[in-house]
Amino acid sequence: MGQTLAQKVYEQHVVRRTEGEPDLLYIDLHLVHEVTSPQAFDGLRVAGRTVRRPDLTMATEDHNVPTLDILSPIADPVSRAQVDALRRNAAEFGIRLAPMGDRDQGIVHVIGPQLGLTQPGMTIVCGDSHTSTHGAFGALAFGIGTSEVEHVLATQTLPQYPVKQMSVTVDGELPPGVSAKDVILAVIAQIGTGGGQGHVLEYRGSTIEALSMEARMTICNMSIEAGARAGLIAPDQTTFDFLAGRPHAPQGADWDAAVAHWSTLHTDPDAVFDREVHIDAASLSPYVTWGTNPGQGLPIGASVPDPAAIVDEGDRRAAESALAYMGLTAGTPLREIDVDTVFLGSCTNGRIEDLRVAAALLKGRKVDAHTRMLVVPGSVAVKLQAEEEGLDRVFLDAGAEWRGAGCSMCLGMNPDQLKPGERSASTSNRNFQGRQGKGGRTHLVSPAVAAATALTGKLTAPADLETAGV
Amino acid sequence: MDAFTTHTGTAAPLRRSNVDTDQIIPAEYLKRITRTGFEDGLFVAWRTNEPEFVLNQPQYAGASILVAGPDFGTGSSREHAVWALLDGGFRVVISSRFGDIFRNNSTKAGLLTVLLSQEEVELLWKELEADPDLEVTVDLEAGEVRYGARVVGFQVDGYTRWRLLEGLDDVGLTERHLEDVTAFEERRPAWLPRSQPASA
Repeated sequence: MGQTLAQKVYEQHVVRRTEGEPDLLYIDLHLVHEVTSPQAFDGLRVAGRTVRRPDLTMATEDHNVPTLDILSPIADPVSRAQVDALRRNAAEFGIRLAPMGDRDQGIVHVIGPQLGLTQPGMTIVCGDSHTSTHGAFGALAFGIGTSEVEHVLATQTLPQYPVKQMSVTVDGELPPGVSAKDVILAVIAQIGTGGGQGHVLEYRGSTIEALSMEARMTICNMSIEAGARAGLIAPDQTTFDFLAGRPHAPQGADWDAAVAHWSTLHTDPDAVFDREVHIDAASLSPYVTWGTNPGQGLPIGASVPDPAAIVDEGDRRAAESALAYMGLTAGTPLREIDVDTVFLGSCTNGRIEDLRVAAALLKGRKVDAHTRMLVVPGSVAVKLQAEEEGLDRVFLDAGAEWRGAGCSMCLGMNPDQLKPGERSASTSNRNFQGRQGKGGRTHLVSPAVAAATALTGKLTAPADLETAGV
Repeated sequence: MDAFTTHTGTAAPLRRSNVDTDQIIPAEYLKRITRTGFEDGLFVAWRTNEPEFVLNQPQYAGASILVAGPDFGTGSSREHAVWALLDGGFRVVISSRFGDIFRNNSTKAGLLTVLLSQEEVELLWKELEADPDLEVTVDLEAGEVRYGARVVGFQVDGYTRWRLLEGLDDVGLTERHLEDVTAFEERRPAWLPRSQPASA
């Protein structure tokens, strides 16, 4: 029987396999940020251990970083102490760090691919559940907890068991205004937040093959929101073209050797998946979430669902509590929901292509007078690229705020937060209660819906703008 | 990590599904660089805003076993969620489905996560709501949850069970095999990326 792509990458990294024990898996790249690492470094110090492979480890500051006045010390003393701890740890253990102000700084899942550190067939981990983003390159990439961060720092390996395999096949042409974000929100709405639990997802089919690397990263990023630890896409010419010439990509004869290997990284025709899911791209429209988990999403033309119509008791209770928290009434058309804030950014949708899509809609128009729009590039490099293309002027002229790079309002560990009761349309990945600020209410959307919503102040599809006359 | 063999205590019925790790402990508590003292962040939004929340009810205040709905611990990889539960006095969480990373983290820090069918969870909820003082025993050695006259078996893979029973941490175990790691490193292709600046 053939192997899936994920099985191939997994098997190529087994250091040791013994009956009755987990496999010991080698880790090719360990990305580190300030939030989930300090206790791991403390653990190393207490045990007198070193970092085995600092040359396979890369750190950056992203979760706590302010997006205004970024060259001044961080005002919040607790955030500052955490960032300072990472700086001390990186210096003490010899790890490369891209700190605030550095041209390589940014969200950990944006800088890995941008530097060419993320390559097909690698195993990549980070103390961050959105590590699945790197699966877009055909890497086996997953989030880990702090104990595992310590384990990888000390040994460059992780004990792992093989997981089940699920294929998510998306075929057909996406309708205009429908993007990768809508695809993944539709997938999660279909299989649920626990649907991928215990599986790695492989996204395949003609729709996926036609996507850019940025769009593929958006899809793989939210695999965790379907409960899967990892999601990946077979590398192809689009992948190779993205990587060619990046600072850490192989060069010359090494490039040829790498491409020869990468070209073997695909699921064999006779491989068997434990579960298969199919999505018809042509049937999709822009998706928005109405509830407090990412599976509670619907096409924007729908209305807020009525919990009373939900048969499963657990799902009904969850829907009732979500509507109470979100301040929504069953039957309200999603398009009639007013938002206060639009957040464009995050490891899901903070890359240059996301900014271009939003800017194209905002060009020559004005953000609604009662709506605030925050544009937060995923990295310094994305910010500089956008400025070179003049996108910053488009955002500023439209009345949006143009900020520095970081995780920002995706989880509000920095000052960018919703106030209690405020409602956002957000291109991030989680609409959990309080995620963007205590009492804040989040609707997950694509960059195009975010931009259209900013213009009208209500959840809006890009195609609605013509009729709305904005 | 503290060893886990068997635990007897009272239990709290948390009738909610999809309890993500942001609800277990919000991001603002993750700015700390210590590994203990997270009990103040445990379910803080619900403890603050919802009087009917199970842990706000005095009859469940001393619970050390949490019986939760499906998809407990989804979302963020923050191990702080496990630490907060331990700091808040919990030694066991029972659910019919856990977030993978949360479950993995729990085995590293000595919080036992027990997988039971949703029917068993519902049954236990009803018993706990009828009798909040019901004593529940979770026996890892025997792989059993026991309360009243009821005995329910559960599975934990043999290796994880052994580690929990002995209170062993993984790094020390892996260090016994570093020669295998070195041998693997010698076989890795030379073109794989390294993190030093390309110019260095």
